[in-house]
Amino acid sequence: MSEQRINDTIRLERRRFLQVLAAGAGVLMIGIRVADAADAPLPPALLGDTFYDLGAYVRIDSDSNVLIGARDPDTGTGVATALPRIIADELDADWNQVSVILLGLGVADDNGQPHWIYGRQIGGTGSSIPAAWGDLRQAGALARWLLLQAAARRLGMPADRLRCDAGTVIALDGRRLSYGSLVDDASTIALPDKLPPLKTADRYQLIGKPAGDVDAHGIVTGQAHFAIDEQDGDALVAVLAHCPWPDGTLERIDTADTLAVKGVVKVMQLTPEPGQPWGSTVIAPAVAVLAEDTWSALQGRQKLKLEWKPGASGSESSAVLEQQAVAVLAGTTAPDMRVRNDGDIDAAGKKAARRLQASYFQPWLAHATAEPMNCLVRLDKDHARVVVPTQAPQKAWAVVQRLTGLAPAQIEIRVPRVGGGYGRRLDHDFVAEAVMLAKAVGKPVRLLWTREEDLGHDYYRSGSVHQLSAIIDRRRRVIGWNQRMASASALAHRGVPDNRLWTSELQADQLPAGLLPNFRSDWYALDSAIPRGPTRGMPHLSNAFAVESFIDEIAHLLKEDPLDTRLRLLGEPRQLPLGTGGALDVGRLLNVLKLVADRIEWKNWLRSVNGLGIACWHVEGAYVAHAVEAAMQGEKLIIQRVVCAVDVGRVINPLGLEGQVAGATLDALSTALNLAITFKGGQIQQHSYKDYPLASMAQLPDAVEVITVPGDRTPTGASFLAMPTAAPALANAVFRASAVRVRRLPLMKELLRLL
Amino acid sequence: MAPVQAQVLPINPDSGIVPVKVRDGIDLQINGEHYLHTGDPQMPLLWYLRDVLQLTGTKYGDAHGENGADLVLLDGKAVSAITLPVAELAGRQVTTVEGLAADDGTLHPLQQAFIDEDAIGCGYCTPGWLIAAADLLRRKKQPSDGDIDQLPNLCRCGCQTRVRRAIKRVAAGKTGQP
Repeated sequence: MSEQRINDTIRLERRRFLQVLAAGAGVLMIGIRVADAADAPLPPALLGDTFYDLGAYVRIDSDSNVLIGARDPDTGTGVATALPRIIADELDADWNQVSVILLGLGVADDNGQPHWIYGRQIGGTGSSIPAAWGDLRQAGALARWLLLQAAARRLGMPADRLRCDAGTVIALDGRRLSYGSLVDDASTIALPDKLPPLKTADRYQLIGKPAGDVDAHGIVTGQAHFAIDEQDGDALVAVLAHCPWPDGTLERIDTADTLAVKGVVKVMQLTPEPGQPWGSTVIAPAVAVLAEDTWSALQGRQKLKLEWKPGASGSESSAVLEQQAVAVLAGTTAPDMRVRNDGDIDAAGKKAARRLQASYFQPWLAHATAEPMNCLVRLDKDHARVVVPTQAPQKAWAVVQRLTGLAPAQIEIRVPRVGGGYGRRLDHDFVAEAVMLAKAVGKPVRLLWTREEDLGHDYYRSGSVHQLSAIIDRRRRVIGWNQRMASASALAHRGVPDNRLWTSELQADQLPAGLLPNFRSDWYALDSAIPRGPTRGMPHLSNAFAVESFIDEIAHLLKEDPLDTRLRLLGEPRQLPLGTGGALDVGRLLNVLKLVADRIEWKNWLRSVNGLGIACWHVEGAYVAHAVEAAMQGEKLIIQRVVCAVDVGRVINPLGLEGQVAGATLDALSTALNLAITFKGGQIQQHSYKDYPLASMAQLPDAVEVITVPGDRTPTGASFLAMPTAAPALANAVFRASAVRVRRLPLMKELLRLL
Repeated sequence: MAPVQAQVLPINPDSGIVPVKVRDGIDLQINGEHYLHTGDPQMPLLWYLRDVLQLTGTKYGDAHGENGADLVLLDGKAVSAITLPVAELAGRQVTTVEGLAADDGTLHPLQQAFIDEDAIGCGYCTPGWLIAAADLLRRKKQPSDGDIDQLPNLCRCGCQTRVRRAIKRVAAGKTGQP
């Protein structure tokens, strides 16, 4: 951007500015950039820190085509569609004239420190839409204001007698000017003293209306590029053989057969850098085969003769770890963290008319992204070009910077559309591998993980054991809830202090916290060398399964309809303050619960031959409920109907939301039905889709009925909202259909064992 | 180029015809184009498509074709490109996702239906679903839910219900011009 003439800026906060750039004749650009000395004297501060995150830009060409940048990586969450539509609506652009470009990482050099030009850039964590709502609208509003001023000047009438519609300024007398005809003038207009007002909701043209994925045409024609599809001239293809143990060592290596494969160029070793946290360096010692093409590299890898020696983790087993969890939960040792302790659970016990206790066992899980880990790196003396499927390009940048020592702006991170994230691409071990190899071999490297490497060397979700106890008084009220959970934290080995390790495993505010006078939640840490990291829906996925299954068990004990038990537990619509700020809106939670109950005809619950199951949850200010109808045909489980209701506040793109909700529902069902990672002798035992069988089309329901609650509250994210309640609603339906209570996942294996 | 010496050529030097020796190799037909493959005959079609032709719509999923991202049409039938050595392809017609649309860019009805139903998650496995669905509709113009259940593809994003709708949309003839 440095060669472009900077016309004007609006100060956003100390360092970044809404900016109008004359990028050449016939173009109006609204962007942002980092402050430098040339900006003095600074325009008056117009925005508080709320707008710190502003970052995407708008470009309007003289032919009225509009280019809008999408700042957050799109891993299939639809943000490359939704975020630009937020800007386009405020701009009153004609969506048919809008092209979306993926921005890649925006980084500038500020005395050797990185400054993030586009603000936050992170995808698949549920925060893209809320953040965009807070800042991206400003860019569109400013562009529209400038176009209006230009039109006013040209037409000789005040701007308040003009309006904008679908890329055109329209005067009261009917005269029309296209945006394209105004861009030259608009880029010379001085910025306003304060930001132009945002639209009121009644004037939204795009927000709330369905829009298909902006990349759809490219995807269905095979033209859309993912990082794995990128080529770079003479780049060598690298494939890896990782050590089965993260702390293992290479005892013996024979590369003769590998080097004899035509096309194989080199065999190299990679070792994790001591002291680096998980996710920032090589995940386990590895041998890399570098070749001129993928087929040669794969053949060379197959011909490697390697002997690995296990480290201390070589004795670990997932079954033993679970036994340790059971033992610690059965004992009286103090928890690693008492997460919440309302009232007096021990005193409440003395008033118990009945007690119920149950334990839930959930397995380790892998990410299994469709596009396996890969990374293309070209290193020049003063430049690094990296094409990578990442959810967090700033973290990728940090890894590249550490390994190359390049200045901030010398590192270019490109992020094409990403083939699934689910938290795996918040880690950048594979970027470290590619950079190390490119550095050592002195050529660009295209790193490709095979599926075997991908499933066998992941930052997994830990297995867990939940032990839940309920205290019920004479009047059949649940007056006490004691939750004890044991798991291996996803935050271990990542520089997180010990007293915060629990935060990846459970939340202090999760249901039914706040609804009961006596509530205790304890977390026990398990120790394991098997790498762990962020996974989709964490920590809600495991907790909702345990809690929402247990509520059904309470209902069964009390011979109640489990919907009634939930309604009674939730009580009247009210606001319950949350420890993390904000409030739990019980009314909105009740609403989604009732919506799914009505849709699935819950009144048939008792006499239905098929099993009906229900569950509800809340995630970061959003509300979700599932109802499932299931039937058993011998040993076959048929999921006949799935209904999901969500309340996310204002909906930006209803079609995108429906896709996310249906998709997350199916992902959660697939995971709950079939999936588990196990290890024995410290080695992961799943290496292919045969061992880690994502659900087939036949196993999944034919449809997911999605109900979206209309709303005007600040929008919340939905990328994993529909994950937590699907599995417990299914397990509750299975109980009604089969009389078998499944307390261990994966569900199918356990169901067949118990039937 | 040096002038052709008439005395060593058994043809009329004025004809302009220059003999070319036929090179050994495998004649591959991909999306209607012929390619002569002179490299390793055991190279799987997937890597030939992706590395050699740079037709990257067909994706790598795993070594055994278990998730269907690598499906292509071989004489109209969906097959896994990673388990198919190019040696077996002589005289056969391969169609990849890039070859589904008409030459003038008109989309295949399934491509249009996938757009209309937004039957896309991250989009990585979408080409494989399109190929599998094209094969299904070739065999059965009105597939039942049970037929659709047999599609071999896997998808963690959960696009299955929308793919089902897209296939039914085509079967019902609802997808015409874009």
